[in-house]
Amino acid sequence: MNFKRKDLLGIEDLSKEEILFILETTKSFREILERPIKKVPTLRGRTVVNLFFEVSTRTRMSFELAEKRLNADVLNFSATSSSLAKGETLLDTVKNILAMKVDCFVLRHPVPGTPHLLARELPVPIINAGDGAHEHPTQALLDIYTIQERKKRIEGLKVAIIGDITHSRVARSNIWGLSKLGAEVRVCGPPTLIPPLIEEMGVEIFYLPEDALREVDIVMMLRIQKERQDEGFLPSISEYIEFFSLTEDRLSLAREDVLVMHPGPVNRGVELPARIADGKRSVILDQVVNGVAVRMAVLYLLLAKR
Amino acid sequence: MSLLIKKGRILDPASHLDKVLDIFIEDGRIKRIAKDIDLTSQEVIDASGKVVIPGLIDMHTHLREPGREDEETIESGTCAAARGGFTTICCMPNTDPAIDDPSLVEFIYKQAENKGIVEVLPIAAISKDRKGKNLSPMGRLKAAGAVAFSDDGDWIANSSLMRRALEYLKSFNLVLISHCEDGNLSGNGVVNEGYFSTITGLKGIPREAEEVALFRDLALARMSGSSLHVAHVSTARSVKLIREAKQVGVKVTAEVTPHHFTLTEKEITSFDTNTKVNPPFRGGEDIEALKEGLIDAAIDVIATDHAPHTIEEKEKDYADAPFGIIGLETALGLVIKELVEKRILSLMEAIAKLTINPARILGIDRGRIKEGVKANITIFDLGKIWLVKEEELASKSRNSPFIGWKLPGKIEWTIVGGKVVYGV
Amino acid sequence: MAKLMDKEEIRRVLSRLSHQILEKDKEVKDLVIVGIQRRGVPLAERISGMIERMEGKKLDTGILDITLYRDDLTQIAHQPIVRNTHIPFPIDNKRVVLIDDVLYTGRTVRAAIDVLIDFGRPRKIELAVLVDRGHRELPIRADFVGKNIPTASEEMVEVKLEEVDGRDEVLLLKRG
Repeated sequence: MNFKRKDLLGIEDLSKEEILFILETTKSFREILERPIKKVPTLRGRTVVNLFFEVSTRTRMSFELAEKRLNADVLNFSATSSSLAKGETLLDTVKNILAMKVDCFVLRHPVPGTPHLLARELPVPIINAGDGAHEHPTQALLDIYTIQERKKRIEGLKVAIIGDITHSRVARSNIWGLSKLGAEVRVCGPPTLIPPLIEEMGVEIFYLPEDALREVDIVMMLRIQKERQDEGFLPSISEYIEFFSLTEDRLSLAREDVLVMHPGPVNRGVELPARIADGKRSVILDQVVNGVAVRMAVLYLLLAKR
Repeated sequence: MSLLIKKGRILDPASHLDKVLDIFIEDGRIKRIAKDIDLTSQEVIDASGKVVIPGLIDMHTHLREPGREDEETIESGTCAAARGGFTTICCMPNTDPAIDDPSLVEFIYKQAENKGIVEVLPIAAISKDRKGKNLSPMGRLKAAGAVAFSDDGDWIANSSLMRRALEYLKSFNLVLISHCEDGNLSGNGVVNEGYFSTITGLKGIPREAEEVALFRDLALARMSGSSLHVAHVSTARSVKLIREAKQVGVKVTAEVTPHHFTLTEKEITSFDTNTKVNPPFRGGEDIEALKEGLIDAAIDVIATDHAPHTIEEKEKDYADAPFGIIGLETALGLVIKELVEKRILSLMEAIAKLTINPARILGIDRGRIKEGVKANITIFDLGKIWLVKEEELASKSRNSPFIGWKLPGKIEWTIVGGKVVYGV
Repeated sequence: MAKLMDKEEIRRVLSRLSHQILEKDKEVKDLVIVGIQRRGVPLAERISGMIERMEGKKLDTGILDITLYRDDLTQIAHQPIVRNTHIPFPIDNKRVVLIDDVLYTGRTVRAAIDVLIDFGRPRKIELAVLVDRGHRELPIRADFVGKNIPTASEEMVEVKLEEVDGRDEVLLLKRG
């Protein structure tokens, strides 16, 4: 198939075939990461701008590494919206950078839909590296790649996503992707952190991990932000840990060969204890390395053409 | 100065008149309404095949002057009104400064007289600086010409102040217009809370933010016996609450905007900031209930909530962009397309909600076609489809989700006090 | 359309190429075979198998895809499918014989050499092809040629192989 899209904005828009094609392409890039020289000349002469309006070390580094391993020139722009020059809008900023002849923008922004705004206005590819609580497509692709690598299939797997679903773009992108590929997705968390009508996305809702974890093949723990306590979603983080963190006892309810995932960075001792994060069921570091390969594949598919 | 409108189909909801007649206007007033008037007139309009109605009245317009003349001015806003068939518009007081002082009411009248081409009637703030703390000088504001009171954009969260405002207004016999929204429940939400807020990750405003506020306001209206008008009703349960309140004798009236009965929350998936309005677009079942409310008169008025914002502001991201869209120029078209053509309301019923009904609520002598009244008249072509073109909008702003839409009911002439202020 | 080679001839030519590869450097200890995607891959496996039968020793045989090293990625409308590269053995100080079906402009071979060098520093890189049709655009030549076929530039040489296409044959086609 030909991957005809200009941008990668979300998993919701992708067809099952497109997702599978990206995953297949990722395999070839995964191999490059095992070579002595982990770099190919593919995007020689192309310039990719990483535009990050939210603090992010991991995702930005992963994109930057992917870009560099494809031989693209990389421009990093990290800022908060308020640090744009007075009166300057995001669109202004981006059009100014574009005038310097760059070829692609990777955008992380706290407001949903911002990548869509750029995609509508600009002729170059836009890659969504996370827009508010909306989508984080490359994260879901790397998660699904990691599951497929270990389980050899997605169809029929039971996946529990546990934590702050309301504020999680990772949860949304994974729900779209995993459901399209035939997995059975459950979401679990305190009801204050489960968004309304999420069941219409085709997931089952649980309010306690003891119920959600039964017989699951995959458990994805989401990061919980301390701010949720002050915003009134939770009485306290310590109460959250008591009822919603992943413990050995709770994990024993899942299938024997369960995989434990986390989009990182892990609040060790909050979402899950170090022992599980570093244990044999954890694929958290596989997720990290696969992230570079997925992002290389996406950059290749969007940029390696006229 | 005289004007003769020949052979138009005259529709006057107040008198249930629906007949092809001529209208003779002299010195700004309607002198005669009859068949084949044979009087010499300086100006003649051939209205054959067209519908002649009382000039439309919008009881919910934002003109942005003073303070945000980059978005709209009284001059540009009244041009947009004229192009949309409105001859009287009531401007909301959330300007900078807020209309909370008689001098500002006088300023609006003065600007309208010098620069405006349709009538502008100011709505004054309920509380000083719209802060929700102290009452504005309502008596003096009325004396200066305020036609209603509202802190539109903000709900008066202090129930005691709201009670006092309603009670105090009885001396002056004016209506209080409430923007029902519990700010704690709506928080920093930007779209309707539900499936579409969930999948887009945009923060939700639950229907209950409106309903909780409305319930309190209805209780206080009942308690005080004062007249309450509910701005931009958007949910099914709000319609029900208003209907029930009316049945037990609460003096409540309500309005709906054309965009709320036309578009649903699904629009937001485009992330186009022209879909960001307050209250937000709701669900299909809400639209059904709004239409039922229009049919059984739970909802009395159709008002635009014309809210101009510059391109620069609407180019911001969805969270940062301001709420609101312009509506004066598309209102009649949407009413005909969504209500009349879909047989929700007859043309007569629909026009009543844009003319005599708001006039009665405001207590102004407008909204009818009869001999002796001021000649505010709108003439439109019911069957003529027109394209909403960005470059043709008379408003200073361009923030409309209806650009590119084809609408029926082309306005042909707008006449204020016997003078053609818009016409082809 | 003309048939240039049939199944039997392809077999004979591959056998000769295998002998020539062996004869040139009798020591097979550090010989590795790498096929270029796509049809170089089955050819490499066949040659590797023939040498194995002759010498009684299994050769390291790899797969290489040149897509990411192409020099025309800024000119084509759709990106080509990336196929896998699999060279699971060290190539430092080895004699690497690259295998492809058709040698034409030389651009594929240029890219393949670049790929190899990212895997290590071979002692020597050689090239074996089933067909050399001429029209080189780079200073590249094959060390072992199955068959030299003079062609016009508007012609196309199409190699069909059992493993990919279900049959063995080499065809000469007119373009368009």
